[in-house]
Amino acid sequence: MKILVPVKRVIDYNVKPRVKADGTGVDLANVKMSMNPFDEIAVEEAIRLKEKGVATEVVAVSIGVAKAQETLRTALAMGADRAILIQTDDEVEPLGVAKLLAKVQEEEGAGLIILGKQAIDDDSNQTGQMLAALLNLPQGTFASKVEVEGDKVSVTREVDGGLETVKLNVPAIVTTDLRLNEPRYASLPNIMKAKSKPLATKAPADYGVDIGARLETLKVVEPAKRSAGVKVADVDELVAKLKALGVAA
Amino acid sequence: MKTLVWVEHEGGAVKDATLSAVTAAAKLGEVHLLVAGAGVGGVGEAAAKIAGVGKVHVADDAAFGHALAENVAPLVVELMGSHDAFVAPATSNGKNIAPRVAALLDVMQISDILSVESEDTFTRPIYAGNAIATVKSKDAKKVITVRGTAFEKATREGGSGAVEAVASTGDKGISSFVGAEIAKQERPELTSAKVIVSGGRALKDGETFEEVIYPLADKLGAAVGASRAAVDAGYVPNDYQVGQTGKIVAPEVYIAVGISGAIQHLAGMKDSKTIIAINKDEDAPIFQVADIGLVGDLFKVVPELTGKV
Repeated sequence: MKILVPVKRVIDYNVKPRVKADGTGVDLANVKMSMNPFDEIAVEEAIRLKEKGVATEVVAVSIGVAKAQETLRTALAMGADRAILIQTDDEVEPLGVAKLLAKVQEEEGAGLIILGKQAIDDDSNQTGQMLAALLNLPQGTFASKVEVEGDKVSVTREVDGGLETVKLNVPAIVTTDLRLNEPRYASLPNIMKAKSKPLATKAPADYGVDIGARLETLKVVEPAKRSAGVKVADVDELVAKLKALGVAA
Repeated sequence: MKTLVWVEHEGGAVKDATLSAVTAAAKLGEVHLLVAGAGVGGVGEAAAKIAGVGKVHVADDAAFGHALAENVAPLVVELMGSHDAFVAPATSNGKNIAPRVAALLDVMQISDILSVESEDTFTRPIYAGNAIATVKSKDAKKVITVRGTAFEKATREGGSGAVEAVASTGDKGISSFVGAEIAKQERPELTSAKVIVSGGRALKDGETFEEVIYPLADKLGAAVGASRAAVDAGYVPNDYQVGQTGKIVAPEVYIAVGISGAIQHLAGMKDSKTIIAINKDEDAPIFQVADIGLVGDLFKVVPELTGKV
């Protein structure tokens, strides 16, 4: 079975995003960029399935600027076999990404497509579900456990009240939640080896789908700030405050 | 504009998140509801009483019993022939189903909205709530998920919607529900609690978490939450997690115990009315957002507090 893993280049998890003064977006100039953390979990899961002998090949794909090559090289260094970059300087919305990925899947015929549940930049949480819809495939979103059993895949999902398990026909779409696994760090020899793994570069036009933006961002602002309040000296003072709030009797 | 709101329900009752979605939908126009599930006649009737509701479409079929997106999305698409906007609460079900609907309609979904500015313009959080974007949709039909804490809940009484059965679109046969481990909660639900007591990694382990946090929560009639660090360390199950990737809460009073205040956690609770922080590190970032702070050893302070409230 082949596994397709879409990955996105985003602002690094540890960097605090700054809103641009002109309100047009978040300042990404000279900011450290990394692979979206949920996508790292997706890559890790695919590699583990290959190590278990379930998957035969792991293909990473990214849609983005030329520098998204670095993100794909990270996936290759972790253990993916080859990569595809659909290069564009335009911001592509989840719907457009799903359309491009659907075309990639038509060519690749993967048994599983594993994606992060959301990207930590736009926080949309849509691409996996949209891709499943376009391909008419089942979806196991917010996965904390993935088990392939013949032509079915059993996915344990993190839902509001706890956990839920669904069984899906293969091919299937899986989106990852935080506790699915802990992604490995690529070793130096593997980083070197990744440089010679195949990376194909394509353009959105190669796939002939409409990826035009449907949403227009009118402005981006900082959220309302909370200001620090008062410190109380001891528990008695805190109890008095709680009473004033009507929380304590 | 005619809206169709997905009704989230459990054990025969409409969940609170739905009521917030109804309020958001009412800002767009006429509110119709969709109740899908197995044996949901009672839910349909309860939903019809929600204030401001017009028609209630009820799809009663085993295929919808566990809200599988593969089966529900085609049903919604069918109904969207006569509606202009699909509105779902941003719950795990809503987030699972709505994008599938959006793609089938060739619409770009607007996720997790905080406000309705006009028929086609909304605000939503991006970058873990570190920025708020105002976005305008060019799609003819809208697909929207609603952040529950950002909208008042519609009242459960006073409405007189017309209940109408809709034909099932059937089981698509590509997915099935196997089982669920839903934690039994004797305490209020996190997303609708008035008071929340949350614990962080400083609680050391599951046992001390239980010994320190639970008695205070029970004394205050509060729900129990946790930081991602406490969940990752295995002190409590994942559904306790408050934060950008966990639950978004906005109670009257949020008490953070031994939580340092990572951006990720703040994104999930910073809209709480009053934030109280208890932490031994006086430089902990949580104090920058807390209305009331107490610097001290939680293992001494919290039991004392529990004894005095």
